Amino acid sequence: MRFVDEFREPELISKTAEEIRRLAGMERHFRMMEVCGGHTHAIYRFGLKDILPENIELIHGPGCPVCVLPMGRIDDGLAIAQAPDVIFAAFGDMMRVPGTQGSPLEHKARGMDVRIVYSPSDALKLARLNPEKHVMFFAIGFETTAPSTALTMMRAKAEGIRNFSVFCNHVTIIPAIRAILDSPDMRLDAFIGPGHVSTVIGCRPYEWIAANEGKPIVVSGFEPLDMLQSIVMLLRQLNAGEVKVENQYKRVVPWEGNRAALKAMAEVFELRPYFEWRGLGFISQSALRINRKYAEFDAEERFEVPGIRVTDPKAAQCGEVLKGVLKPHQCKLFGRECTPEHPIGALMVSSEGSCAAYHNYEHRKAAMVSLSSIA
Amino acid sequence: MAHGAGGKASRKLVEGLFAPLLFGATPGPLGDAAHVDINGTRVAITTDSFVVKPLTFPGGSIGELAVNGTVNDLAVSGARAEALVVSYVLEAGLATPVLEAEVRAMAKAARDAGVRIAAGDTKVVEHGKADQMYVTTTGIGRLLPGVKIDPRSVRVGDRILLSGPIGDHGITILLARGELDLEADLRSDTRSVLPLVEALIHAAGPGIRWMRDPTRGGAATSLNELARDCGLGMVLFEDQIPVRDTVRGACELLGLDPLHIANEGQFLAVVSPEYADAAINALSLAPGGSEAQVIGEVCEQPAGTVLVTTLYGGSRIVDMLVGDPLPRIC
Repeated sequence: MRFVDEFREPELISKTAEEIRRLAGMERHFRMMEVCGGHTHAIYRFGLKDILPENIELIHGPGCPVCVLPMGRIDDGLAIAQAPDVIFAAFGDMMRVPGTQGSPLEHKARGMDVRIVYSPSDALKLARLNPEKHVMFFAIGFETTAPSTALTMMRAKAEGIRNFSVFCNHVTIIPAIRAILDSPDMRLDAFIGPGHVSTVIGCRPYEWIAANEGKPIVVSGFEPLDMLQSIVMLLRQLNAGEVKVENQYKRVVPWEGNRAALKAMAEVFELRPYFEWRGLGFISQSALRINRKYAEFDAEERFEVPGIRVTDPKAAQCGEVLKGVLKPHQCKLFGRECTPEHPIGALMVSSEGSCAAYHNYEHRKAAMVSLSSIA
Repeated sequence: MAHGAGGKASRKLVEGLFAPLLFGATPGPLGDAAHVDINGTRVAITTDSFVVKPLTFPGGSIGELAVNGTVNDLAVSGARAEALVVSYVLEAGLATPVLEAEVRAMAKAARDAGVRIAAGDTKVVEHGKADQMYVTTTGIGRLLPGVKIDPRSVRVGDRILLSGPIGDHGITILLARGELDLEADLRSDTRSVLPLVEALIHAAGPGIRWMRDPTRGGAATSLNELARDCGLGMVLFEDQIPVRDTVRGACELLGLDPLHIANEGQFLAVVSPEYADAAINALSLAPGGSEAQVIGEVCEQPAGTVLVTTLYGGSRIVDMLVGDPLPRIC
C-alpha cells in the first residue's frame, strides 16, 4: 500500500534503530515526550519500544482530546441531547467515553438518537436530512479537527440552516505543553512534536519551547520510520548540544501551517478564558468557544447547559501518568478497577490514551520469557 | 449493544448468564456447535440469529449469511450440515419483493452448500418493533470422521492457519451503511467453508486441534478465546496475515485493526507442526483456498494472550474486541 509500506520497511527500520542505538550510547538516559495521542497509539501498535534501547524513555503526553475532556462536559452534552427531537452526533472516538450516567452508546441503547459521524459536515448533512429535528454536533479535538468544525458552521450560516448547533470542546495544544513544562515534577529532555496539529498551526508556535525552555522538538509523522527518524534527529541535537525546532513530517506539515484553516478558525472561534483539562486541571486560554457572530450555532447559547463538574476519583493518578511521573501500570487502579471496558480515569478512555494503549498492547508482554525463540 | 458484538462483552454474557443457567456449571470451552448423543449417534447442532443492516450488501445479503453462517459453525466444529430449520421475524410493512429476494438467496445458498432446509417458522411484529427482518437458522450436522476439535489439545509449537484474507465482510458492511462517505471495491466473503474444511481434514485430519470461523469480533477475538481456553500464547507474524489492500486502507483511515473485523467465509485452524505443510498444500489447492497461510505459532508465553510480531522486531498484544469497532478520527 503506497504512502504506508514505504514507512514500515523492515530493513530501513532496522538500520534506523541501529543508528538510534549508536547515537544514544550507554551513558545518558533520554526522556522524550510524544505530545500527540496518535504517536502514543503508534508506539504501542508498532511495538516500537521493543526496538528502542533501554535508555530512551518515551513519555506519553496530553495530546488525546478524548482523554483530556472532563466528564462534566460529556454529561452536559448528553443533557442537551435529552431534549425532544435532538440528534446527538459525534465522532466514533466519543461513543464509548463514559459520562456519569453512561457513554453516548449507552444513552443510545436507552433510546437517545445518537449518530456516529466521520466529519462535522456529515452532521450538517444529518441536519439537512432531518429538518424536523435538531442536530447537535459534539465537537472535540485540537487544531487538527477545529478547522473542519469552523468550516461546517460557516457553511451552515451561508445556507441559513437553523436546526444545527455545535457543542464546542475544541482545545489548543500549546497551552497544554506549557502546563506540562511548568509542572515542577516534570523532567524532560526533548519533545516529539504532534504531526496532525502541526499541519494546521505549522512549526513556528513551538519556537518558544526551544528558545525559552531549552528543549529540542521535532514535529513527527506517525509511521514507524517517521517516529524513529524523529528520535534520531532529537538525539543528534541533544548530542551536539543544539536546541531547535525541526520538521521531520515535511511531506505533510508546512512550516507556516495552513493559512486557510487558521483563517476559518479565526472567523468562528475565540479563546475561552480558561478550560478544565482532565488530569491537568484548569489551564488558561487553552480552549476555543464559538464567537458572537456564530452564536446561533452555539449549543451552549441555544440550550440550557447544566454546567456539571465531576472530579475524577482520588485514587486515579491520571495527572501523574499524563506528566510522565508514573507509568500507566504504576497507577493503583490500572488493570483492576480501571480497564478499557470500564474506564475510570481519562487515559483509559480512548485507544490513544496512554493507559488504554498500554493495556491493549503492552502490559501482558511483561510476562513473556523471550521473543527470540519465535522470531 | 456491546453484548452482541462478539467480543468481550458477548463472552461475559454467555459465560456469566447463559452457560451456568442453561448448560450447568461447567460447560468447558465454548465451541461453535454442540455435539450431542442421540441413541448412540453423535450429531452436531448449532443455531445463529442474523441481524444485519443493510439487508443486502456487495457480495451477499442476510439470506446468504443465515445459511452460510450456520453451515460454517457446524463445519468448524468438524461436522457437515445436513439440514437447517429457519425462522423469520418480519416487521409489518416489509416489502414482499425484499422478502422474496432473501428467501431465494437462502434457497440458492443452501443448494450451493449442499444442505437441506427442512422446516421453518414466521412471526410478524408491529411496524417499528423490528428492523425489516431477522433470520434465525438452526443446523444439524453429521460429524466428519477423522477429526477431533478440542482447544485443550492445542500444544506449544502448533501452527496457526488462516484460510484467506480477513476483514472483507466487516469493512464491506461498514461501507455499505453509507455513513462514512467512503467507497471501495470490496465484497463480503460470505460462503460455505465446508469444502475447505473437508480438504483440510482429508489432508491433515489427525493433526487438527482446533478450528473456528472468526465472525463478529474478528480473528483477534477467536484467537483470544483459544488462548484462554488452552492457557497458551498465540504468536502471529504480522507480515503473514493475508489482508487485502482495500481492507488495510480502510482500516488505516478509520483507525481499526483488521484482526478485529468480522469475516463470513474464512476460518482459523490450529494444526500440529508435522501436518502444517500438508494442511497448507491441501487448502491452497482447494477452490477458494489459494490465499491460505500459516499466520502464527502457539507458544508457551505470553500465556493466555495473542501477540502480533512484526518483521522489524516490534510486537503488540491484540486483545478481544470491546463492543463494536468504531472509527477513530481525532
